[in-house]
Parts: sequence; structure tokens; C-alpha cells
Amino acid sequence: MMLIPCPWCGSRNQIEFTYGGDAGVRRPAPDAPESAWIDYVYVRDNPCGPLDELWYHGAGCRSWFTVRRDTRTHAILASAPAGGSLTDDPSADVR
Amino acid sequence: MTQTWRLAEGGSAIDRTHPLGFVYDGRRYEGYAGDTLASALLANGVHLVARSFKYHRPRGIVTAGVEEPSALVQLGVGARSEPNTRATTLELHDGLVAASQNCWPSVRFDAGALANALSPLLPAGFYYKTFKWPPTPKAWLRYEHYIRSAAGMGRAALAPDPDRYEHQYAHCDVLVIGGGVAGLAAARRAAQTGARVIVCQQSPRFGGAAIEGDATIEARPAPQWIAETIATLASHPDVRLLPRTTAYGYYDDDLVGAVERVTEDGATTDGMLPRQRMWMVRAKAVVLASGAIERAIAYGNNDLPGTLLARAVFTYVRRYGVRLGTRAVVFTNNDSAYEAALALHESGLEVKAIVDARRDGEVTCAGAALARSAGLRIRAASVIACAHGRQRVARVDVVTRNGGDVSTLDCDLVAVSGGYSPAVHLFSQARGTLHYDPTSASFLPDASPMAIVAAGAVNGHGNVERAIANAVAAADAALARAGIANRSSSSAVPGDDDRLRVDSLWAVPPVRGAKCFVDLQNDVTVADVAVANREGYQAVEHLKRYTTLGMGTDQGKTSNVIGLALMSERLGVSLAQVGTTTFRPPYTPVTLGALPGAASGAHVEPTRYSAMHAWHAEQGTRFVNAGLWKRPHSYPRPGESEDDAAAREARNVRANVGVVDVSTLGKIELQGRDVAEFLNRLYINRFDNLTVGRCRYGVMLREDGIVRDDGTTSRLDDTHYLMTTTTANAVAIMQTIERLLQIDWPELAVYATSVTEQWAAAALSGPKSREVLAQLVDIDVTNDAFPFLAVTICNLRTSTGSLPARLFRMSYSGELAYEIHVPSSRGRAMWEAVLDAGAPFGIMPYGTEAMNTLRVEKGHVVIGAEIDGRTTAGDLGMERLVNPNKWCIGKPLLARPALNAPDRWQLVGLTAMRGAHIPRGAKLVADPDHALPNPMLGHVTSFCDSPHAGASIALALLSSGRARRGETLWAVSPLADAKIEVTIGPSVFVDPEGTRLRG
Ligand SMILES: [Zn+2]
Repeated sequence: MMLIPCPWCGSRNQIEFTYGGDAGVRRPAPDAPESAWIDYVYVRDNPCGPLDELWYHGAGCRSWFTVRRDTRTHAILASAPAGGSLTDDPSADVR
Repeated sequence: MTQTWRLAEGGSAIDRTHPLGFVYDGRRYEGYAGDTLASALLANGVHLVARSFKYHRPRGIVTAGVEEPSALVQLGVGARSEPNTRATTLELHDGLVAASQNCWPSVRFDAGALANALSPLLPAGFYYKTFKWPPTPKAWLRYEHYIRSAAGMGRAALAPDPDRYEHQYAHCDVLVIGGGVAGLAAARRAAQTGARVIVCQQSPRFGGAAIEGDATIEARPAPQWIAETIATLASHPDVRLLPRTTAYGYYDDDLVGAVERVTEDGATTDGMLPRQRMWMVRAKAVVLASGAIERAIAYGNNDLPGTLLARAVFTYVRRYGVRLGTRAVVFTNNDSAYEAALALHESGLEVKAIVDARRDGEVTCAGAALARSAGLRIRAASVIACAHGRQRVARVDVVTRNGGDVSTLDCDLVAVSGGYSPAVHLFSQARGTLHYDPTSASFLPDASPMAIVAAGAVNGHGNVERAIANAVAAADAALARAGIANRSSSSAVPGDDDRLRVDSLWAVPPVRGAKCFVDLQNDVTVADVAVANREGYQAVEHLKRYTTLGMGTDQGKTSNVIGLALMSERLGVSLAQVGTTTFRPPYTPVTLGALPGAASGAHVEPTRYSAMHAWHAEQGTRFVNAGLWKRPHSYPRPGESEDDAAAREARNVRANVGVVDVSTLGKIELQGRDVAEFLNRLYINRFDNLTVGRCRYGVMLREDGIVRDDGTTSRLDDTHYLMTTTTANAVAIMQTIERLLQIDWPELAVYATSVTEQWAAAALSGPKSREVLAQLVDIDVTNDAFPFLAVTICNLRTSTGSLPARLFRMSYSGELAYEIHVPSSRGRAMWEAVLDAGAPFGIMPYGTEAMNTLRVEKGHVVIGAEIDGRTTAGDLGMERLVNPNKWCIGKPLLARPALNAPDRWQLVGLTAMRGAHIPRGAKLVADPDHALPNPMLGHVTSFCDSPHAGASIALALLSSGRARRGETLWAVSPLADAKIEVTIGPSVFVDPEGTRLRG
């Protein structure tokens, strides 16, 4: 069971969290073409290596936040609050 | 006469003053406290304890530990019966009952042994081939029954497990896995720094193999060093010693799962203690001191009872004081077996020969010198080619390695050592890499990216003092990793002299007619490995699956490496190139009950109760599950069936007035400047024009345009809204709202709070509901003052005083109706006040069954039935709700052609003809007698016997459904053997104009 570093609560067991998928996916503008919406809803990268992803601390502070996780090893490289930058936030509690 | 095979003295583990009685295969035996079932059976001369998995060959006890492949027994009786229990680790207790398994009628006379004669018909890959030829699944159907009953591994108990299990989370700086001398030395080193240390040891005693050894540690005899070290550790407040605790799995972020056997296996425990305790240890660093497991050498009939691994022989003699036979032959390819030979000699057995595969010049160890001086005969450069005997080994053929000089030795015991396989399982689970070491003929740990450090024999150390130095170094590395201390010490990587030199003899050349077993548990032979090679299953994972090598409950602890080595020899590549199969948890089998711990039965998941639950229960109602909630099904009167009660309750709502508990609906408070904008983006319909004091039904879509949820949202104040969701989706919708507000639209000033638990809610429904309400509240509830979809705050009169309440005029039943929300603590007071006020008007409470009838009659859709993850708003007849002038989630993809095809399955109503009943789960077809497959036009989603319609009615999703109104189709259910003619109509059966709810 992974330890997920919540930027607000610190490292907690994975069972307290819900996975939220690729953090880089952004909802298109309302008037974007249908193809952009198809990409948004159905198409995901599946990188072998670091991936920025969203996690939700449902059994804790109810925050959504961003985690950079290596999909090969589950090593967590960084975490940051929503809207924060993964690289600019050295205070993030990272193992 | 019992224990006739117990030595007159000796046995470090047993207490001869404490005899225990036990029953094995229906016979009573005696053993001593401290025995395992295996040692007690051997002390009674019982060697034949099992029949093998596939060929039903007689099998005996092979090892003295968790690696046991053969001596698996059915432990206990009734609900506590447990199959595949290793006799070699099962601690004897008074009254223990066990039986051999996989044999009929008995282990001595087993009808299944015919399989051995038929073995040419049961080659490696038998299962694969059965599926491949003949090319029909019927072949498997024909054979399966016989194969399943012939190949067995004991029986699981059918009754629920009566024992308790619990979970314990623990945190520490250093977890030491293994309580042998290396583990103890590492723990002592770590404890000196004040670190929090946990030591788990799978057997009852710490000290491991050294307890009975003659080694000297730090100038003391090993047993004294062990006792002193345990005492030192026990005196540290931050050290926890866990005997009988097996670390079985290594997981992400250095979480180690371990199972502690708290009370005796199979013993009745009526006290407070659990049977087992599951430890989940989150360690900053782990020292793996798991030791090494001896393996055999494959030769002809090497599975005969009386054939044990040499280390096990030593253990049974020294630890349990067992006389294992009368005449022994020892067979080895390394130095370690000489200890066993000497122990046998000292215990009074005649050691006929030590057959050593190595050349004479290589047999130079101290043990060999002692053996020679004791007069034991060493036959160097020789091997056992084949053993003979029926249910016990009787003699062995010894040949020189160059094939000459055959001689036969009579014996009833063979002690074999083929070297040691370090127990690298958890290291490998921790993504540690391994390398093959030709000196010790074993795979040794390299490095792991996780916080695990190997120590002692698992590193290949064969020398106690050097193993301890290695363990101290490992402890220092672990402490540094844990951030506790940074002491430097030599890494103590084992040098060539520190490792046990093992001649890489894996199997002797085959003898015609005698099986050479690699994996005793799964009956995999040397020949099977050759078959796998010949048929192309050469990769290790293929070899494993094709032959089932290492796939038994022992996971091939004593056999895997032999099979891999034989494959490497046949392929002509090094064992390093062949590699190992993947080591997966658990290291040893884990009782299923330990995995959920206390989370079984009613504790599998939480139960949610409404504030009125006790009242419902007092009526004797049956509760149905709605997610985690318990909801009353109906309120039958004496002598009334549940169905009749529900029909009465539904009729009463249409005729008079009823009240139903709707507290389970999800309730989310939304406050902030931008709530209206937020709701506009969330729902397909508009909310920015909703005025204060009004509510509105809304539909939410998924991002792909499919309907997700529905409910009403009320505007309580300028910037204050109350959203309701379906019971099922309450948690998920809240999660989505948090995500939208935190990630997608942080610029919106909206704050969301789930208040599902905080408010008790009741729906008051029926033509007389206004009259009832007028008795209860302090506001004007006339149609003009409080019209349809109005919302207000009022005071509710109850027997204990006035109560603030939220009042909503909304209807789910299709009748004039209201919802009353009060703080949960006052839910029952509100409920009873409503019933009191309604009594003169004929009020009745109604349950979920009547509620369902009423909503089907009204054509309301629900999650899971009509909203099934495939339907669009258009399919459900709600396309008019989609506001054309604003964006919302899911809308951009709604225009896709497939979601607007003319043959979409659309919501319709069905009415059964001629008094028939529409069956559950029925399919809609044009011709019920059409040849299969019968083209399906749609299916029934909800159904009820409608008191209002006086018929069996249903909601259904039907291809081009709205265009088929007036047609007749057939609702068929092959399972119910029913074919019902139905007419297609609108989905609303009651008051389609909506005059009742607006009246
Ligand atoms: Zn948190």
C-alpha cells in the first residue's frame, strides 16, 4: 500500500485517497471542436515513468492535489496543492 | 506403548514433563509440549503421512519447517477444519486432531495410487493438452470430475470460521524479519541506538538454526548467546519481539504484512484472544534476516518416506529428540550434511555411509574429519542413483559419479542435502535484484531500491560469526536509511570462504522405471522438465506453468532452483541467464480469515441508519439495503404479506396520505457568490433564474454526455442552495463537486458541504397531505401561499415543543406532496408528530416497496434501472430539459450521431395484457417463439403490480420506443419461463398532466 503525501496532512495510507487520473488533462473551451472533447474524455497517455496525477484525500481533508508518481516503481517524486507547481514547491512532503 | 522412537534424552524444544495427547488419522498418540505434529509423529514412528498430489505416491515428512512440501494435513474438525496445514510447523497441543489428506480410503491403502501406474497418461502439461485435444471443451467436462476428485489438497470447512482475527498497524524505525542469530544481532545493534525495533520470527523460538548447533558466538556457546541477546532486547522499551509471526509480503513504501499466530492452530479459543493477528508494519527500514532453505538432490524414488533433508534430520534429533530410524545413509554435495550425519551417529543410528558427490580431495571440512574419526564411511565422488521400498525407504543404490561400482545399502532413513537456497522472497518482492553465485549454487540478493537490507544466511553466509558481522553492518545500513544513526561499519559482503561451497549437482542420471522428483508437492519430475524443454516451454515462467513446478502451497521453496537448474543444463546456458520465477506474496499461506481481520460479517462495511430507524424497527419491518443504508421495505399488519402491505400503502397515498423516510437522499449545501453559475455548469437545465424560496429538478451528465444523476436543488437564500442527489451517488457527486471547485474552476466562489447525515427527511404525500401539514406548521400552506416547488423554513409542532424545519413542496409519487427536513437529532420527533397529525386523515407510513410502485406509476427514473450508464436525457424523454443557451458538463458530446440515432432505446411504459405479470429482467421481443438468438428490442427496467392501473406495469428501454406506442410486444424471461404480451405506452401511468401535484 502506497503512502500518498497529502500537501495538507502529510503522508497517509493509500486507502484514504481516491485516484483522479492524469493531472495534465484540461477541459477544452466550451466552443472547442468535438475532436477536442473526444480527446479530453477518452484519450489518455500511458507513460512509463513519471506521471503527474490527481489524488483526492476523501478520508482526510477532502483536498484534491497533484502528485508526480513514477508508474514503474510507484515512487512519488513530488506533490503539490491544486494550482501549485510540482517543481516550485520544495515544502511538499515527499518521501 | 507410545513414543517408542523418542531418544532417551535430548531435544532442546521439548518438555518431557508435559506429555500431550493427540489424534492422527483416528489413532491416539502421545507427544510432548514443544513438539510439532511432525516431530511427535516421527517420535511415534509414523513416517508415511501423505499421498502425493498427482500420482498418490506415499510421502513422508521431508523438512522441519515452513518449506515442507509433503506433510500437509487436514487439521481439526467441523468449522475449524483447515486443509494443507504443514505438520512441520504445527505446534502440538493437547487434543489436537489431524488427518492425512488426498487419499482414500487411507494413507496406507490409497485407491488413487492407481494414478502412479497410469502416470504415462498424465504427463507434464496434461491440463494444457486436455484443452487442446480433442478440440472441444466437452473433453474437459468429461474428465474434470475424475481429475478434480483424484487430485486434491484437503477440504475447506463449509461452515463459517468461528474464530476471531484482528489487524494491528505498527510503525517502527527498523523491522527485523527473522529471529535467528543474524536477526538478533541486527536487532541488538539497532536497539542500542534507541531506535524503535520490531523483530518477527516465524517459529515459537528465537535463535533459529543455531539453538541446537555447536557454534560459539562471541566466546559463548550459541544457546547462551541467544538467551542473553533476547534478554537484552526484551529490556529495551522500544523493542517488540514477535514470535510465531511470519512476514509474508513486502509492499509499496516498505509496508510489510505479517501474521502472528496468537493462539494454537485449530485449538478452541473461547477467550478474548484472537486466533491470528495481522500486523501491517510500516518500517523506515527493514533488515531481512530470513535465512536459507535447504534443498534436495533428485534421484530415483527420492520421494519415499524416510527421505528427509539433512538439516531436518539434525533438527529432529537435536531439537525434538527423535530417533529417526535404525540405519541411515547421508547424501550430500556440500559440507553441511556432516552435522546431520554426526547427530544421527550420536543418536544411535547406524550411519551406513555418507555419499558425497564431491571428489575425495574436496571433502576436507571439520565435519568430515569428525565423521572419519567416528568411523563413519565417506563414499566420495558417489551418488545415490535410486532408492527402493514400498511405503518407506528400504535400500539405496550407490554408484560412483563415473557410473561404476554399484552397491546397495540397506537403510530406513536417507538424509539429503543439495545445498541451500537463501530465502530471498521478500527481498525480491521489494524489487531487489538477485545474482547467481556459482560457489554456493544459489541466488543471492544484490540491491533493492526500497529500504530493505539483507543480513546473514540470506546473503549466503554459512559461518555464524561472519553472519553476525554482516548483520551488524546491515543494521547500520538500515539505521542510516531510517535516519537514526550514521555509523560506518564494514559491509561484510561474504567472501568465498564465508559461503557454503556447494557442488552444482541437481539431479543424478535417471534410472529406468524410477521417478526422480524435483517438486514433491506437485509431483514434478526431472522427466517433466525435459518434456517442457522439448515442447518449447523453456522460459522459467513457462516452465513453471507448464509443469506446475513451484505452484503448490509451498511455492517450490525446496524445489524451484532444481527445476531452473535442470532447464539451464538442457538449454546449455548458465543458471544466471535462466533466472528465477517471480517471488510473490505470501511467503507462506495466509489464513483467509486473517486478511479481513475483524471486517467480516456485519463489519465488512459500515451501516448507515436514518434518525427514524428505531421507529421502523419497532414496527417489525424488514429492512432492505440501499447502499450502506438500511431502509424499511414495508409495514405489514398482523397476518398481512409484505406485498399486500406495500400495495395497501401505495393505494393509501393515492387515496389519502402517506409518509416515507427519505433521509438517505444525498444533501449538499452550496454557499457562495457563484453557486448559480456553478449549478448552470453542472446541470443540463438552468439554475441562474431560480428564485429564492423555490426548488427545481435537475439532471447531471457525465463528461461523455450520459445521464449521471438527478435530484432537486433549492435556493434557500441569495447565496445559499441545497442540492439533493440520489442515495447511491451522494458520495461520488460530492467528490466531483470538490474536484470541479478545487481543480477545474477555482475561480468560482462556491463552498460545498455534505449534510446528508445532518438532516432527517420525510416525504408527506397524498391528496390529504396539505390538511395534515396545516396541523403541523406555523405557516400558510394553501396553494397560493405555498405553491408547487416552493421552499421555506417553518416551525413544526411536536409533542415536545416547536421544531425548526425546512419545508419543500415537491413530489416523487405524483400526488400533492411535501418534504420536511429537520436536524437529525429531532428526526423521530418530527416523524411521530407527522403520524399523530395525520391519524385523523388515515395516514400510513410507507416503505421502499410502495415508494417504488408510486414512482413507476408516475414514470420517474432511478439510478441503476433507467439511468443505467448508457441512457441520455433524450432516451429518458428529458431532452427538453437540456437548455440550448448554456454550456454544461457532458453537453459538447451530446450531439454525437450515435447518441441521437433513431433506434436509440427510449423510455416507455408497458402494461401486461390479460392479468399476466411482467417478469423481472424480461427482454422485449417481437416474436417470443423466434429461433435463438431472438433479436432483442429492449428490456424491462422497473416493474410493479400497479394498484392504480390495476395491472402489472413496467418501465422499459425500447428501441425506437416512443414511435412504438400502441404496439404490442412480448416480455420474455427464459429464466422465469415466462412470455407475456405487453402493450407499449407512455412512461407516465398516473396523472400525466400533473394536476394532482400542482393542485
Ligand atoms: Zn489531506
